[in-house]
Amino acid sequence: MIPRHLWIGVAVMLLAVITMLVYLRRMKTQVSKFEPATSDLRPVAPPASGPTEHATLYVAFDDPGTIRATDAQIPLPSDRQQRAEELLRALMNIYLDRTSSHAMPSGTEIRSVFLIDPGTAVIDANAAFADGHRSGVLVEELTVASMIQTLSANLPGILRVRILIDGKQRETLAGHVDLSNFYQTSAVAQLVQELQAVP
Amino acid sequence: MRWSSCAIVLLAVAIFLFMPSTSVSTEEARISIYSTAANYSLPVMDRQGQQYVGLLEILEPLGKVSSRSDGNRWKIRYNEIDGEFTTGKTRGRVGGRSVDLTNSFLLENGRGMVPVASLAVVMPRFLGGPVNFHESSRRLFIGNVATQFTVDLVKTTPPRLVLNFSTPVNPTISTEPGHLRMSFQRDPVIAASAREWKFEDHGISAVTFVENNGGAELTVSGQTALMASFSAGGRTITVTNPVIAPPANVTSGTIAQTPRAAPTLAPSAPITTVAAPTPHRFLIVIDASHGGEERGAALTEQLAEKDVTLAFARQLRRELEARGISVLMLRDSDATLSLDQRAAATNAARPAVYLDIHATSQGSGVRLYAALLPEGMENRGPFLDWSTAQASAIQTARQIGIGAVAEMQKRKISVRTLSAPLRPLNNVMAPALAIELSPPSSTVPDVNSPTYQQPIATALADVLIAQRTTLEAQR
Repeated sequence: MIPRHLWIGVAVMLLAVITMLVYLRRMKTQVSKFEPATSDLRPVAPPASGPTEHATLYVAFDDPGTIRATDAQIPLPSDRQQRAEELLRALMNIYLDRTSSHAMPSGTEIRSVFLIDPGTAVIDANAAFADGHRSGVLVEELTVASMIQTLSANLPGILRVRILIDGKQRETLAGHVDLSNFYQTSAVAQLVQELQAVP
Repeated sequence: MRWSSCAIVLLAVAIFLFMPSTSVSTEEARISIYSTAANYSLPVMDRQGQQYVGLLEILEPLGKVSSRSDGNRWKIRYNEIDGEFTTGKTRGRVGGRSVDLTNSFLLENGRGMVPVASLAVVMPRFLGGPVNFHESSRRLFIGNVATQFTVDLVKTTPPRLVLNFSTPVNPTISTEPGHLRMSFQRDPVIAASAREWKFEDHGISAVTFVENNGGAELTVSGQTALMASFSAGGRTITVTNPVIAPPANVTSGTIAQTPRAAPTLAPSAPITTVAAPTPHRFLIVIDASHGGEERGAALTEQLAEKDVTLAFARQLRRELEARGISVLMLRDSDATLSLDQRAAATNAARPAVYLDIHATSQGSGVRLYAALLPEGMENRGPFLDWSTAQASAIQTARQIGIGAVAEMQKRKISVRTLSAPLRPLNNVMAPALAIELSPPSSTVPDVNSPTYQQPIATALADVLIAQRTTLEAQR
């Protein structure tokens, strides 16, 4: 003779399984309904509203391995921290374009830029930025140098910059270029000068 | 009673069917192909209880190959040889002649697959010559490419096991108490006769050779922890006890061949036994970047950066040794080393110059990098700040770079000098230079070609000879 409580237990568990299956099916239907036709993982564009300002973006070119200063009109907020974020997002939008001179992995996003002490900036990029980045000394160096130079050229007073990935320290960007130390913007400016010379 | 049992079974089945799928990690079945053109490994698929492999993928690295499917028929062209197979049929045609497969041909999403067991028949038809297929271990040897080896136990104290290979090898080495395993995935190592050697020695008691899943493994057994060191350009591996024995007496040293330590040492620390350099000896440290689990950039599907850096490091070592310069290779096998370990080993050896080798598929020619120093802290007395240890040597490093550019330009090699935030350049006290090899043309695998690497290695060796007097004076 099976105890009554065992019958009830089995029945409840079966009911729970069936309910979960129905719920999962509904969820799946809803998700597929709201999924965009094409998965564009690029970060959202800078806010369209607000006055645009002139900025100099330091854009990397894989061929022939150079960085060029490029003028741009970007809507920039008045807040210094938000300006830093929008500058880097504008730079990343250039790299995320299909015809980019320095392709960046799909899904790359600048999560935030923290301006902590006077003169110190910490860039926090998402994992897609580092996980999908192409590996190589020059290709990684171009990315890091263009980001830091874009920041320091448009926000005077930044002396040192560090790059985090998903809020955490990484040893390298994609196996080569160092992310474990602070960069001095003066040293990066010299590096950019080297990288501006066409080989 | 019966109903309750049924309910429980039903519940178990429902939970099993709908629970999130958990993958059981099993080793992926692979086949390895060894040829003069390339050594490579491919996954093997299980279909209808038989092992299958993509025919196009097998032939692709060996020559010009194309394929197209037409309904159930699949046509492939390798160089000038045409092949044709039909889905579900065991008989196909290669080079105008019939060929019988051991099981039916499969076509999946335009991909033609043949049974692995049929390769011994199919491949000679396409290649026009015999192949040697080790079916049980899935190792296919095309032409006379096999690497043979000898095993000798030298009865010194402690004993040394000397393995001599007919060509340089690059195994992955792992250790555990009493065993040292050398895994050959890319090397066509075979045993000529015996597969087991036994010794009446307490230090090293046996050597066994097995082939399995597209690879080969040599296991050395002993009573204590064992360590391997390389010499003769990767042709000789000497196994001995690292706790009480010095490394093999070789012209050039190697360190950290075994990434795990003996149990008598720190359990997770690598063995960094340096062939003790003579004080003020003119020593060059060559660091083949990446290695082991850390493959570096994937230059092509088959070619990893770690393999190119090691090949070039060996080439550079030969050039330097030919000029009478002592060399310390930080990595002469597929060992894993952290950046800190590389810097620490280099600083301990006190070399005249540290050369860090890298390779990439992007761009062309050679790039030479001196350190871009990060923000550091102050030096305190004799203690240098770790992140800026290169500071006092960076000018010398740049001078070597300038000299190297001149030497390479003499040889019409495209070269560029830059700074780079590339560790461990900044952690090294000696003048440190990184060399990044790019392909000479649009054909990426050419970056690993000895004919391309040779003049670059020669130029670097020549500049070090030219600047030797200055470098020795600065020490």
